[in-house]
Amino acid sequence: MSDTHSNTVSYVRDSMLPQQEPPLKDRGAVKWLRENLFSGWLNTVLTLLSILTVWFIIIEIGPWLMNTVWNAGSLRECREILDGTSGACFAVIKDRWHQLMFGFYPPEYYWRPVLAFVLMLVAVAPILFAELPRKMLYFSALFPFVGYHLLWGGSIWLPVAVLLGFVAGYIAFRLLDRMSSLISTLGAVAATLAWWFLLAGPFNAAMTSVLPIGLEFVRSDAFGGFLVSVVIGVSGIALSLPLGILLALGRRSEMIFVKSVCVVFIEFIRGVPLITLLFTASLLLNYFLPPGTSFDLILRVIIMVTLFATAYMAEVIRGGLAALPKGQYEAADALGLDYWKAQRLIIMPQALKISIPGIVNTFIGLFKDTTLVVFIGLLDPIGLSNAIRADTNWNGIYWELFIFIGALFFIFCFSMSRYSQYLERKLKTDHR
Amino acid sequence: MKTSVFYGTLAASALLAGAASAQSTLETVQSNGELSCGVSTGLAGFSAPDANGVWQGFDVAVCRAVAAAVLGDPMAVNFVSTTGQTRFSALASGEIDMLARNTTWTFSRDVDLGFTFAGVNYYDGQGFMVNRELGVSSAMELSGATVCIQTGTTTELNLADFFRVNGMDYEPVPIETNAEAQQQYLAGACDVYTKDSSGLAATRASFPEPGNHAILPEIISKEPLGPAVRQGDDQWADIVRWTLNALIAAEELGVTSANIEELAAGTDNPEINRMLGSAGELGAMFGLESDWAVRAISAGGNYGEIFASTIGEQTPIGLARGLNAQWTQGGLLYAPPFR
Repeated sequence: MSDTHSNTVSYVRDSMLPQQEPPLKDRGAVKWLRENLFSGWLNTVLTLLSILTVWFIIIEIGPWLMNTVWNAGSLRECREILDGTSGACFAVIKDRWHQLMFGFYPPEYYWRPVLAFVLMLVAVAPILFAELPRKMLYFSALFPFVGYHLLWGGSIWLPVAVLLGFVAGYIAFRLLDRMSSLISTLGAVAATLAWWFLLAGPFNAAMTSVLPIGLEFVRSDAFGGFLVSVVIGVSGIALSLPLGILLALGRRSEMIFVKSVCVVFIEFIRGVPLITLLFTASLLLNYFLPPGTSFDLILRVIIMVTLFATAYMAEVIRGGLAALPKGQYEAADALGLDYWKAQRLIIMPQALKISIPGIVNTFIGLFKDTTLVVFIGLLDPIGLSNAIRADTNWNGIYWELFIFIGALFFIFCFSMSRYSQYLERKLKTDHR
Repeated sequence: MKTSVFYGTLAASALLAGAASAQSTLETVQSNGELSCGVSTGLAGFSAPDANGVWQGFDVAVCRAVAAAVLGDPMAVNFVSTTGQTRFSALASGEIDMLARNTTWTFSRDVDLGFTFAGVNYYDGQGFMVNRELGVSSAMELSGATVCIQTGTTTELNLADFFRVNGMDYEPVPIETNAEAQQQYLAGACDVYTKDSSGLAATRASFPEPGNHAILPEIISKEPLGPAVRQGDDQWADIVRWTLNALIAAEELGVTSANIEELAAGTDNPEINRMLGSAGELGAMFGLESDWAVRAISAGGNYGEIFASTIGEQTPIGLARGLNAQWTQGGLLYAPPFR
């Protein structure tokens, strides 16, 4: 191949030289280090400081974590096993994890909250992932009743009676659908309320006496640990989004009455700390309720947490609505869509997409706020950590419980955050 | 609309509450088939759920005794965990039937808040714990010390009073919970930890090296802890008071959970006979069956047995009887006669 270079013009090379590797400082790990960690004296100092910090944390905590005792019946046993050396005593988690998870829920029924949790994932899946068959949404709609019955039990006819209220509303809606959307909506609401207040009670009583089936009733006092956090958190999240959307629309409404009610509600709830609302739920309501017939503390807390999250959600979504150009509203009008259709087909899909980070932020905040119920004596994980510490076996244990609780909360919140990032990427139809 | 429904519910339930309050507490408890008893969310030795979720402890035992006396079943108790903030309104609103939550009997709680204290089940008092390395043997030597103190409690006020009266100064380290205080104290953030002495003993027992820490002899406050009920239902207050008295008197009279079966059949001691119902009609006077005291004492034993099994010297908490011994032993426990 010596004649490849037919050197007709001596200074022109007409064949490619073989590619050479970049110099050492511009490739591989060295390049990455130079660009990301040591790209200037300030970043170098910061990097070194960070490494030192990480090193100290590992030196301090590492041996303690590595030297973990998993099998012991009490803190004293742990200390005997450790025999003066520093080490964690995660035996407390092994001994009490069922309590941290389920509280005082009867152990023979642990399958019920577990099943409810699994079904919740199934119910949530079609909402989160559009690829799944749409038929699964029917199950999602049914899940609140299934979940309630699994967790609390009692007569199966109570959730059925409540469910039939929605069926009654749907039938009324279909019957009146031909007249106008306003009348049919009003009719549906009226039918649902009429069923709940007039017929659901007798129906429930009659069916229970005829056919008393259902799971064993478990009282709310038995709920504790992460069961409480998840029940309150999930109910709050599931309820606050639709209610928040309605409130946000109400606040932007041109009808003065609707608008002022929404504004007053949002500003009032946002102006009050959550802990105040929780104290209201646990203390103030007691004075109004007849003794003995107290309505469930967890239900009261769910209502208050939902109201609180709803107000924040409404403002997040209002931000999304405000970010939409006016042309979108006008385009919807030009297509001849009525208000609800325009919201459903044009406005909301865009506004909600813009609001995703804010919505998930509110969700995560709400989920973590559920630990505030410890102040009204509900035994959530933090409350149970106190109760476990009060047992003479475990009195004096501290970090292990908080590390475990923190890790579980992190799993929940981090997966929510990852999902929201996935959703944002998927819905990113502009700014490509 | 949501808010109006909410307030409508409030108004309606207020009306219902007025109508329902006519029922006496005893009737409520009997018709519910269980006693709603307010306890703390967790205090070592006094109330805490065990690994099976069953509440155990000294305060819990009082609830169980009352449930046994009224309903015949010591397990028929619905324990409502209350915090320092929620305990009084839970009792006042009727959410709980009695409160057994290491609550100090004070004038304002008795008179102003409208409760009736049914007696004293534990005489406590505020004390100090120090590290032995400090070489302090009396609270009078604590001038200039840093003190870990739980905020918002009477102990905070007692501490200020004590140091002012004795002309000493101190630096408070405010702490929210007992668990946090233990960490701070062990980490050396404060020289002294102050708290009710029963709590100090429980805290010290949990330390890796309890022997390195000393509880000083001075007790700077009176903390008579006792079960409380709502004012205005004297029958119910009597039931709780005399159940507690029965536990105390049983110890004095030598009635224990071991020999109560035998003694309930009848003895030579007329007071035991009256208390246990084999003579006289004491139970019927406040609407209970004649063997109410037998059931209460069988639930967890007499006062001494309960003390020994929950907080006594054989337990990790290791409290001596001290003021809580019978009056015949130099203590303050003195049950009025069953007659």
